[in-house]
Formats: sequence, C-alpha cells, structure tokens
Amino acid sequence: MSYLTPTTLDAALGALSGRDTEAPVSVIAGGTDWFPAQGERAYNGTLLDVTRVEGMRGVSAVGTGWRIGGATTWSDILHADLPPAFDGLKLAAREVGSVQIQNAGTVAGNICNASPAADGVPPLLSLDAEVELTSTRGVRRLVLAEFITGVRKTARAADEIVTALYIPALSAGARGGFTKIGGRKYLVISVAMVGAVLTLSGGRIATARITVGSASPVALRMGDLENALVGADLAEALERVTPERLAALSPISDIRGSAEFRGEAVVEAIRRTLTQIMKGQAHG
Amino acid sequence: MDKAAATHLTGFTLNNAPVQVEARVGERLSQALRDRLGAKDVKIGCNAGDCGACTVLVDGAPVCACLMPVQQAAGRSVETLAGLAKADPDALRLKESFQHHQAAQCGICTPGMMVSAVALLRAVPEPDVAQVQDALGGVLCRCTGYRKIIDAVVGAHAADTLQESTQELGAPARRFDGLAKVEGRDLFGDDVAPDGALVVRVIRSPYPHARFTFGDLGSFEARPDVVAVLTATDVKGLNAFGVIPGFIDQPVFAVDTVLFRGEAVACVVGEADAMLAFDPADFPVIWEPLDALMTVPEALQGGAPLVHADRPGNIMCGGFVACGDADAALAGADVVVDGFYETSFVEHAYIEPEAGWAEVVDGRLHVQACTQATGMDRETLAQVLGMDRADIRILPTAVGGGFGSKIDVSVQPFLALAALKTGKPVRMCYTRVESMQSTTKRHPARIDIRVGAKADGTLTGLTFHGDFNTGSYASWGPTVANRVPVHASGPYFIRNYRAQSRAVHTHCPPSGAFRGFGVPQSAIAQETAFDVLADKLGMDPLEFRLKNALHDGQPTVCGQVFEQGVGIQACLEALKPAYDQAKQACATFNAENADVKRGVGIAGGWYGCGNTSLPNPSTIKAGLRADGTLVLHQGAMDIGQGSNTVIVQIFARAFGVPVADITVLGADTDITPDAGKTSASRQTFVSGNAARLAGQALRAQVLQQANASDTAEITLNGGHLHVVDADLAHAVDLSRLEADAEGYVLKAVETYDPPIAPLDENGQGIPYAQFGYAAHLCVAEIDLKLGRITPVSFTAAHDVGRAINPLLVEGQVQGGIAQGLGMALMEEFIPGRTENLHDYLIPTIGDVPPIETLILEIEDAHGPYGAKGLGEHVLIPTAPAIFNAVYDATKVRLMHAPATPARVRAALKEAGYV
Ligand SMILES: Cc1cc2nc3c(=O)[nH]c(=O)nc-3n(C[C@H](O)[C@H](O)[C@H](O)COP(=O)(O)OP(=O)(O)OC[C@H]3O[C@@H](n4cnc5c(N)ncnc54)[C@H](O)[C@@H]3O)c2cc1C
Ligand code: FES
Ligand code: FES
Repeated sequence: MSYLTPTTLDAALGALSGRDTEAPVSVIAGGTDWFPAQGERAYNGTLLDVTRVEGMRGVSAVGTGWRIGGATTWSDILHADLPPAFDGLKLAAREVGSVQIQNAGTVAGNICNASPAADGVPPLLSLDAEVELTSTRGVRRLVLAEFITGVRKTARAADEIVTALYIPALSAGARGGFTKIGGRKYLVISVAMVGAVLTLSGGRIATARITVGSASPVALRMGDLENALVGADLAEALERVTPERLAALSPISDIRGSAEFRGEAVVEAIRRTLTQIMKGQAHG
Repeated sequence: MDKAAATHLTGFTLNNAPVQVEARVGERLSQALRDRLGAKDVKIGCNAGDCGACTVLVDGAPVCACLMPVQQAAGRSVETLAGLAKADPDALRLKESFQHHQAAQCGICTPGMMVSAVALLRAVPEPDVAQVQDALGGVLCRCTGYRKIIDAVVGAHAADTLQESTQELGAPARRFDGLAKVEGRDLFGDDVAPDGALVVRVIRSPYPHARFTFGDLGSFEARPDVVAVLTATDVKGLNAFGVIPGFIDQPVFAVDTVLFRGEAVACVVGEADAMLAFDPADFPVIWEPLDALMTVPEALQGGAPLVHADRPGNIMCGGFVACGDADAALAGADVVVDGFYETSFVEHAYIEPEAGWAEVVDGRLHVQACTQATGMDRETLAQVLGMDRADIRILPTAVGGGFGSKIDVSVQPFLALAALKTGKPVRMCYTRVESMQSTTKRHPARIDIRVGAKADGTLTGLTFHGDFNTGSYASWGPTVANRVPVHASGPYFIRNYRAQSRAVHTHCPPSGAFRGFGVPQSAIAQETAFDVLADKLGMDPLEFRLKNALHDGQPTVCGQVFEQGVGIQACLEALKPAYDQAKQACATFNAENADVKRGVGIAGGWYGCGNTSLPNPSTIKAGLRADGTLVLHQGAMDIGQGSNTVIVQIFARAFGVPVADITVLGADTDITPDAGKTSASRQTFVSGNAARLAGQALRAQVLQQANASDTAEITLNGGHLHVVDADLAHAVDLSRLEADAEGYVLKAVETYDPPIAPLDENGQGIPYAQFGYAAHLCVAEIDLKLGRITPVSFTAAHDVGRAINPLLVEGQVQGGIAQGLGMALMEEFIPGRTENLHDYLIPTIGDVPPIETLILEIEDAHGPYGAKGLGEHVLIPTAPAIFNAVYDATKVRLMHAPATPARVRAALKEAGYV
C-alpha cells in the first residue's frame, strides 16, 4: 500500500511491471472517474499517480501531427493553441463536467474509463486519434477505435500506461465541431453527442469525419454518412443526414432519454454540428 | 532519487502556511483538510464531483477536493475560503458583495461558490454574466436560484461602493447571520463533532420490499473494528417515529420486513477509520426479496398485497372539499376542459446531507444535528428512547437547506441510541446516496381535473381527483392529502367544486413535506387546464384569470370569507406590463425563427400559512438583564430562509429599539421555547407574531416601570435604559429590580396560535388564518427539434402582506422559482436509479434565467405588521407558468412533469410537429 508519484516514465512503468502476483496497482490521473468508481469506502491498495511523469502533460506539434500527453487535462486542451480541426475537441473540453472537473480530468483518463458517454471520444475519433501505450515491454500504438473495445473496456494491458494520444497530419482547412445534448447546462452526462471534422472546398464538403457518442456501446464513426456528404453544400448536407445512414447506431432507453428520442436527437445534433462548422467557415 | 516511494506523509501549503498530514493512500484531499487539518470550511455535499461544495484552489486552479488524493497536493498551494476570506483582495470584495446581494442563504454552497469566484476574479476582474456562469457552473446551490450569486460576483469589483442598508423592519437588511457564512465559519451538521467521536453507519435494505433475518450478530459485534451494533431490540421506547398523531408508523429499525429500498435495519458503531474501511456487505443479514409495488396503479389494483395490513386498499388517508354542485355546473358549462396529469418524485437535494453528533452529558442526552424542527425532534427521541423530554437537549447546527425533509428525523434516533449504548460521543453523516435513498420526497401525483366556464369566461365548476404516491410510511402524507383539496381551485372564485385526494402506499421511500405539500402538483393541473379553457373561450389567459380572481368578501371553496388581504388580483395586474411586452417580443421572435419558438405563460397560486385547521403555536421569549442587556430567545429554525433575521427585525420593531441592541440566543431546546417547525410558510407569520407579542409585552413592562405612555421611546445605552415620553426622559434603573433564575429582571414569554376552525365533512371551515398570493410570468423558448424547453425570463409578483425584509423576499422567490423550474423540466427521482446528484439533475447556474420580483403588500389582518408567509408560495406557479409558455408557443399541452426533452419531443410529434 503506497502512493507513488514517479517523475520519470521508467519509474512509472517499473511500478506497473511484474506486479502479477502482488496486489494490483491502480493508475490515477485527475481522479474524476477514479473516485466515483471507488465509492465511499477507503481504498486499500497502491496508487500510481501519472500526473508528475515528465513529458506526460501538454499538447505539442510532432512531425506533421500532434501529440497530446497522457496526463493532459481538459483545461490544458482549452488553453492550447491548436488549429481549427481541434475546435470540436475544444468544445468538448468546455463541456466536460465543470471547470473543477476540467482542471483535474485528463483526456487519457476519459478514454481509459471508456464510458459510452465520454465526451472526448467522438471528437478524437473524428481526428483519427491514435493511442500510445507504453510498458516495460515496449511501446505500441492503436487507433482509438481499436483501443476502446466496449462499455468500460479497453485494450490496455494492466502494465501499460497511456503515454500519449497522436493526431495524424490534418489537411489544411480542416475544421472541427461538436454538439452535446444533455439535460442541463453544466455538469451533465450526454444524452447524445457528435464530433465532426470537415474539410470544405468552395462551400462544399470535401471530406467528412462524423462520430456519434452515447448512442451505441462505443462511439462510432458514421461511414455511410461520411461518404454521402462528400460534395454537399450545407442545405444538401442537412438533407443527407438520414436515419438510414445512421443505422450502425443502437441507441438505448435509459433515465436520460428514450431510444427513439436519442435516435432523433442524433440526427439533429449532426445537422447542428455541420451547420456550426460550415457557417463558421462562411463567416470566416 | 525518484519519488516512487510510499508517501504517507504529505506536505503542502494550506492558505499560505506549510502543513503536513499523515494520510491514508488515496485519501481525499477534502477529508484530509477537514478531519486532519480542521478546515471545516471545505464542505462535502456528494463526495463525487457533482456539487462543487468542496471546491478549493490548488496552485490557483479550482478543483473538487473530494476527487483529489491528498498526496497529489504534495508541494503545492491549497487555498480554501477560510484562508482567502482573511486577506485575499478578491475574497474580501466577494464577502461584501455576497452579503449585500444576499448571495448566501443557507450558506452550505457558499465556500464552493466564493472559492470558484476568486479564481475567476483573479483572471477576469470584471466578469460578465456568462463568464460567471461558466466559472461557477460546477457548484450547485439549492437555495438561491443563483441570480443573487451572479449579481454578487459580477458586482464584486465595485464592492467598496456598496451602501449597507439599515436593519429596521421593512429594510433590505443583510442577513444577521451572514458574515460567518461568507467567511466559511458557519458550522453545519457534520462540522461540530469532537475529534475522536465514534462513527455510526447504517445497514440499509438493498430491496424495496424484503423479509430479512440476522445472522450471528454476537460474533459480528465481537469483531475488533466494531464497537457496537444496534437493531430494533435496542430501542427501549417505541420503535416508531412519525410526525402526525395517529400516523406514527416508521420504525427506527425494521424488525423483520423492509418496505423501501434504503430502509434501516441496523447500525454499526466503530472508530472513524474502521468505519471508513467497513464494508456493509459484511454485515450478517439475509434478505428474502418480495414483490414490490412501485406505482400507484399497482398499489390500487384489486388484490394488490397490502403495504400495511391495517390500511385497506393501500390507501392511507384522503382529503375532500366540496361546495355547490360541481357535476351540474360542469354539465351546464359552455366550455369544459379535462385532463390527466402525472408528476414524479422530487428530491429535496439540499447540498448538506443529514449529519450530526450526540453524547450523554450528566445523564442527559445532547443531540446536535441539522434540523427544521427542534421541538419535534425532542418529542420523537423521548418516545423512541422512553426518556423524559427534559432529559434531552436538541442543539441544532446551521442547516444547509431543508425544504421540508429535515422536519422529519433522520440521523437523530441512530445517534441517540448509539450514544446511549456506547456512552461515548458518536457522529454520523449520511452519504449522498443514503440521503437520497432514505429521506422523504415530494409526492408523485396522478391528477384528473375537469374545469368548466360560461361563454363569457366565468368559471362555473371544477372537479379534481388526485392520487398521491405516499410511499412506504406516513410522514407528512396526511398533510398533503388535506392541503391539496383546499388549494386545488387556485385563488379563484369557484362556487361549484369537488376535490378529492388519496394518499396511496407503495414500496417507495416515504413521501413527505416538500415546499408546497402537494400544491405545486395540483397547481400544474389546474393552472394549465385554465389556459386551455381560456384558449377554447377565445380569451386571453391573463384576462381569464383576472375575471375569475378571488376578491375580498368572496368565499373560498372552503366557505372561508376574507374581508381583507386577498391579493391575487393585485399580483395578476402587476404582471400586465411585463406580459404585454413579452407577448410582443415573442411575436417578433417567432416571426424570425422556425425551429425555435417562444411563448409567454402565466400562472397564479395561493397558499395557506400554517397547519391546516390544526393548532400551530409558536412561543418566543425575551428578557432584560439587570445590566441592560436585551435578550431574545429565538427558537425558529433558520434553514436559509432568514428567520434569524426576520424574527429579530420584528421583535426590534415591537420593543422599539434598533436591531443592534438585541442579543439573540438559540435555537437550543434548553433555552428557547418551542417556536414550532420551520415549514408551512409559518415562521414569519406565526413565530413573527409571537416575537411581536413578546416585544410588545416586554415593552409594556418597561413603560410601566417608567410610568410612560405607549408612544414613549426606549433607548438602551451602555447598560442604561432610558424612556423618553413627550420630551420627558426617565431613566429606568434595572439593577434595582430582582432578577429571576435566568437572570432577567423583566421577561416576556408570548405564544401565538393562528385562529382557525376545523373543516367539516365537506371541507368547509377555516383552514388557515391567512393565505399568501402569487402570480408568475415565464417567457420560455422551445426547441422544436430537440424538445428542449429553456426559460428565458421570469417575472414574479408576490403578495407578502408586508415585506419585513425585501431582500429575503427576493431570495425566497428566486430560490423557489429555481426549484419549480427543476420540477417542471428535469427532476425525477427514480428509486434505485437516480440516487445521486450525477443522475438526479437539479438546475445549475446556467439553467436559471433572470428573475424580476414584484413585491406587493396587501396587508393581512393577522400577520405581524401585515406580513404573510412566503416560503412555499414561491414555487407553486412556476411549473405551470413554464408549461403555459410552451402552450402559448406551440399549442402543445404538457401533462407530465418533468417535461424532459424526450417527453416534450414526443408530445410535439403527437401534435403534428415533425
Ligand atoms: C462531476 C463529474 C462530471 C463529469 N462530466 C463529464 C462529462 O461531461 N463528460 C465526460 O466525458 N466525462 C465527464 N466526467 C468523467 C471524467 O471527468 C472524465 O472522464 C475525465 O476525463 C477522466 O479523467 P481523469 O484524469 O480524472 O481520470 P481518472 O479518474 O484519474 O482515471 C480514470 C481511469 O483511467 C485510468 N487512467 C487514467 N490515466 C491513465 C493513463 N495515462 N494510463 C493508463 N490508465 C489511465 C485510471 O486508472 C482509471 O481507471 C465527469 C466526472 C465527474 C466527477
Ligand atoms: S463534495 Fe466534492 S463535489 Fe460534492
Ligand atoms: S445557499 Fe446555496 S445551497 Fe443553500
């Protein structure tokens, strides 16, 4: 039972490796998912705090893409100087819980927790994010869609740390958008949300990456819709958002809304996200 | 060396001073601050990030201290309100501004609000409203409706220019207990237990209905981490509590069957650390789940099992009021509207969970906890413990919100039993989940209503049937059943009326008192049916209401005739300018927007102050000591509504000295006479009258000493009492008078009990000595595609008879509207599913629009200086005003609260919207 605050990655990885026989070590970052999951009872184990590991925090340009460190908070994202393709991720960051939650909660924590309602996932999927997993055994990279494997399930092995997320090169002029539908203004879990990244040419969609969250066990890219949107202007694009093109979703009924409502809300949220991006560009 | 070593000893700076704590691995920063460093200004409302009460600054950034391991703070700077309030320039400004705007009511959210605001002001010295909302969006407040908080933060930069009001009756005086709240010094239920007190944990049923047996309690009690176990066999008196004679039916500990999820079957007492590690699943109890009745239709079905064997048909009780011939009137009406309405369980969601501590002192039991009703707590404990009332002292703490639920006991019997059994100080604080599972709720209602009118718009008849899900035990269910039929007409003149209510048992948590006792539910049905009726008549809804508004001299549906003081017409008329303006603005908006529409809705309301046709006394005591100290024994619980201020303002006026001359004591059952419970909008009216009488009586004694006339002026100056009568000054030498056992040379104890008369079998009689009146106007925007309703503004007209403190009136109105808004749009407690503040949504600072309060003063003959009660009136018209705005915008009638986007969208589609 100890609280580990390594400052080097090696030390952090060492703490996780070869623990199979001992009591498991729990990784903690912002703690905003960890504590609610733990409940009121005192924790009885070892905690590995990854927030002070050198190089784990912050967003930086690497090569042709971007790197989001594994302990980067939502507030860090909000304050980072990023191209318009990240606008969706920034909008999501603004809507994660509250300022308090954004100051502590991390992007990596959000994807590791793998809630179907994780607000970070749709914008990250639309950015084609990749997840870097590091252990004493080595480093591997997975695309985000392969990393999150189900409701609260990921491909992370017990000895791995999410050291970073990578966003591959973005086409010039790519713009992001995000729409969250929830029951109140702040501190609210999404009923449904949409993250999108578009590139436009002459007011028409050249490429579209549209992701819907909270309407399936894991947020999903809407491939059929993305293809159908190519070449559309705003009016056409709105029309092309049809339930048939969203058939991959499987919305459920729960306390936050009925399946039917979710289905409709998704259509509307996609339309609003498209409008947000396309009008935003028109107005420069 | 790497820091990858066990770090049990953690050092950081707390409010600029270095501190070290030896904490558990992963101990919450909030716990370390409160329990190890004494920072009780860090409040705990949920332990889950949902309420923000625990907000502190870590290296300047606001975070939830409940979600940060204390070890993560190592080497960093932690700031809390108590530290900031001493010298931080932004906090000093906020302190002034919060008090000036009365941004703190109960004060439990205030540390979180102010700490968040400090962070904002450091970055943005003069923020706008939207910036304040974004910065404070993570802190919930259940009392204020947020607008005063926004005003206080927006205005903080100009705090040194604020003029402090005088304190006399009628002035917008600052709350007299406000400074402690904005400095983080106010102490609530979980802030007062002595270090080392044992902790009491409750073992609760995970099932709504189950039989159970205990395993080997003896060997469990012998565990080293367990000091004592309590079960029903430890209850030496009556194993039952309740609030209404004849309905004392809820066991402290269930004996062999539980009737709701969260019901207590036992307590475990142990050292604090042991109890934090304790897993309730280890407790030896074997459950046998049984079928549960969770809804009224299930409970009413023929052959349904009985929740209580002696309550046939699962009907606990009912209420009935009738006058004239309602059926004939409806048959003869030109236009009739009917409808079936449904509302949901609403959780009080005060930010302070139930908490307190108890100990035995010289054979007497002391219980200090948050409560709305000290006298009733003492009575309940006397009965449960089989003790003499005189041997029990109830010493309330500051109360972090109550709204009705803290009238019933919660932690008190457990604490009392544990203190008596162990002989040691014991403490407990409900977790948020426990609080939500086990304490009372607003009754879900199922209402059928029919209203008829003549072609000219005159109301002719109304019938009402309401079934209320009263849950597993009685609590205040009988009060709801009685109140609703008296109020279901609204404040209108209706001569043919029949209203019936039933309180129906289910295996849900007990429904009890919640601001309005069932009237907010009935008002939704009645006030929205009125708009449909007006529409069918081709009349404007405001004109329709004005035409039918009750006037002085007209009988209510109970046959009660007020010769004065009926204020509904004045309230409705006061809305007229805002109404006309809003109508125009909405028309313009709607012409320009296709997918969002705006509408204007109006609703009226009334509410009888005090108990329904039952005695309802308050007693207030005051005395003068030989040294000239004027002491007021004030036992009316201030749960944020302001009785610590209002009662003193009234007493000061009655006695005839400034507020500053008065020393206030209480509440404490050892020294304050019973001022009754803080409920039924009765404290300003009933305790206020007792304070007025006590002030007048004591004044009369002083004047008699000086042989002075009624109009004489009394001054208290450094222990000298002077009476100036027609320019003649008399010094009254108090020291020559003999002091009584309490040290008073002059003393007055006065009781006020409102004049009422019983209701007959048709509900005819005098249920209340006074009613207060209200009308709300809401402009709401409806998103046709997403079904989302967004209130844009409220104008609230309230007839309060006499505003003893207009600032407190506004605070009540705004806070009430926020609760009405929550009930209308988002709040739905579902046992087993929304038992936390993550899934149970209450309005945040971004959800409550600007509110304009119009205060009307139609004096009441019985009220102190004409004042009427207000605490519950404030949310009665809110939900129907919102629904009527939606009807105005869309012609869609909402009949299910809360009108969540999914429900609204379904209703829109049914009405043909695509
Ligand atoms: C009141 C409240 C409101 C919230 N609102 C929202 C919301 O609106 N939208 C939303 O999406 N989420 C919300 N959340 C959830 C949460 O804040 C986010 O998911 C956040 O991003 C989690 O990050 P964290 O750093 O706090 O994770 P932690 O709680 O520290 O960790 C979460 C999980 O991830 C693991 N983990 C964390 N970092 C790493 C790493 N680098 N490598 C390996 N494993 C790791 C931990 O072991 C743990 O299992 C809310 C939470 C609260 C309490
Ligand atoms: S106690 Fe920390 S957010 Fe509620
Ligand atoms: S004043 Fe905000 S919760 Fe009471």
